[in-house]
Amino acid sequence: MTAPAKPAKKLKVATASLAGCFGCHMSLLDIDERLFDLLELVELDRSPLTDIKKCGPCDLGLIEGGLCNAENVHVLREFRKQCKTLVAVGACAITGGLPAQRNSLDVRECLQTVYLTGPSTTHARIPNDPELPLPLDQVHPLHDVVRIDYFLPGCPPSADAFWELLTALIAGRTPALGHELMRYD
Amino acid sequence: MTPTLETAAKPEGLRRIAIDPLSRVEGHGKVTILLDDQQRVHQVRLHIVEFRGFERFIQGRPYWEVPVMVQRLCGICPVSHHLAAAKALDLVVGARQLTPTADRVRRLMHYGQILQSHALHFFHLASPDLLFGFGSDPSKRNVVGVVAAQPELARQGVLLRKFGQEVIRVTAGKRVHGTGAVPGGVNKHVTRAERDALKSALPQVLEWARSGVQLVSRLHLANRQRFDAFGAAPSNLLSLVGENGALELYDGTLRARDADGKILFDGLDCQQYRSRIEEEVKSWSYMKFPYLAALGPQAGWYKVGPLARVQNCDGISTPMAEDERVAFRKAFDGAITHAPLAYHWARLIELLHAAELIARLLDDDALSEGALTSSGPRRGEGVGVIEAPRGTLIHHYRVAPDDLVTMCNLIVSTTHNNTAMNEVIREVARTELDGREPTEGLLNHVEVAIRAFDPCLSCATHALGQMPLVIDVLDSQGALVHRLKRDPP
Repeated sequence: MTAPAKPAKKLKVATASLAGCFGCHMSLLDIDERLFDLLELVELDRSPLTDIKKCGPCDLGLIEGGLCNAENVHVLREFRKQCKTLVAVGACAITGGLPAQRNSLDVRECLQTVYLTGPSTTHARIPNDPELPLPLDQVHPLHDVVRIDYFLPGCPPSADAFWELLTALIAGRTPALGHELMRYD
Repeated sequence: MTPTLETAAKPEGLRRIAIDPLSRVEGHGKVTILLDDQQRVHQVRLHIVEFRGFERFIQGRPYWEVPVMVQRLCGICPVSHHLAAAKALDLVVGARQLTPTADRVRRLMHYGQILQSHALHFFHLASPDLLFGFGSDPSKRNVVGVVAAQPELARQGVLLRKFGQEVIRVTAGKRVHGTGAVPGGVNKHVTRAERDALKSALPQVLEWARSGVQLVSRLHLANRQRFDAFGAAPSNLLSLVGENGALELYDGTLRARDADGKILFDGLDCQQYRSRIEEEVKSWSYMKFPYLAALGPQAGWYKVGPLARVQNCDGISTPMAEDERVAFRKAFDGAITHAPLAYHWARLIELLHAAELIARLLDDDALSEGALTSSGPRRGEGVGVIEAPRGTLIHHYRVAPDDLVTMCNLIVSTTHNNTAMNEVIREVARTELDGREPTEGLLNHVEVAIRAFDPCLSCATHALGQMPLVIDVLDSQGALVHRLKRDPP
């Protein structure tokens, strides 16, 4: 699919990775040369690719990763407030994903396993500095906390799925992923 | 000013500056700096603020799931975790010797990974600092700025990464989070058509890879004094090496040198890593602080990754990268450099090496025919060590006779560099920030030093944690979804 016509004003797009692995951002970059077409159409706001640390008013926000700590919740709320359209990108944002495997475990016991009894660990203690954000006892998907406008499935969603989502939203039509772009793996 | 700057003698009343979130790095981290009224620096810390629990929740899973699960630690270098886990589990299924096909397919996948990750780091993330200046306009100091100012360079970066990703796709099934490696081998061949398609792109890839090294060496040498001194913090070095001490990324033995280049140990069987490496826990980071056990935590910290590898090895097996390694070592008069900014130069040398290795492997017919897996007497334990793009990566598992994992210990590349990154930003704070009003441009200097390591902070957040506090999760209407309450441990 070709890129939509160049708009009069570039759309503002912000992206963030919460409790994810950055794989969704990598898959977005897997649009390869189409990145240059995309940058003709959009302007990046807060994103791991820029040095903008706070999200300004945006047309579109893309969030990968679920919620595993208080900081994640804070960033998600900032994005919801600033972004007209917010997209939950990838398995972790939509379901909690692989990190949600820890939801069946007792957090204290997990901590002790890692920091007190790890096989090569010395000076055993559990990190507790106020600079470290509070962990949640369960990993949550984004829609547990804010309204989400679109869900882009996959682990990660393919580059073509990103391209369809972005070109559709930029052109003002509803994304039509179809079976080929909707699969998990 | 405390000599180490790790912990302020009296934190009360000091002004706190936070660089949060760190940007143009992979994952979640922040830097906090404590200053007094005269802007003197008293404390500098790189905090890793997130944890996701992999080491614990892998326990109880069947071992064959592990290579596919653990790669989700990191979407930038999933192949590294995929392969390190597969290597550890090769030992569990008794595959002491992989089939030629499995060895070649995995190596090809790994070299594709090194190439794409190094390209991403330099062209998409770090190059704006080097091209435009550490304190340049933050609105242009990013990949979009590079596309605007140097479109041909940006295009080469994007296409180099694309080539690496395509190598991964044909070996692992897809570009991010594939499934190519299994305990004991691989699950697919690479077809001749796939090999031919990659081969046709090779001349261009090799040319761009070479001009990438030349660009970085030019940038370094043009700013010689600045680049050599910026954040330099002498430390030990650790990496795998191959036969005859050659640079080795997939399989070898461990070698460590001290800050002056003297060998501390060599030829260490990776299964014995615990005899040499211990990890300290500190209260202010979820990332542990590894050190060489014999030297202790104060003197035993070390660097891993391209700068360590290129200086730890005795040579590189491919000719173009070897020429560049020799030029690199000569530029520093054969002495070990600890300049974080020299990481970029070393990284681009490795990118070229990876391209040359891919070129060599694509001619190997074992990729397209032959047995995929092997096996032998079962064992209960295995350690897999690989040189990931960011440095030495250690995966260690125990598996019970019922096939379920009972223990998982991961020491990821970025964790090895934890103390080094902290020391380097303290050095930058001492020399660049101390006594000056911390502007955005000055604070970016701290990030420039961290970026040089190409940290993968997601990789480093595999542990789980807890805090003695209460948190409420509210839905979008403000109603309570969940109340989380923890007592102090």
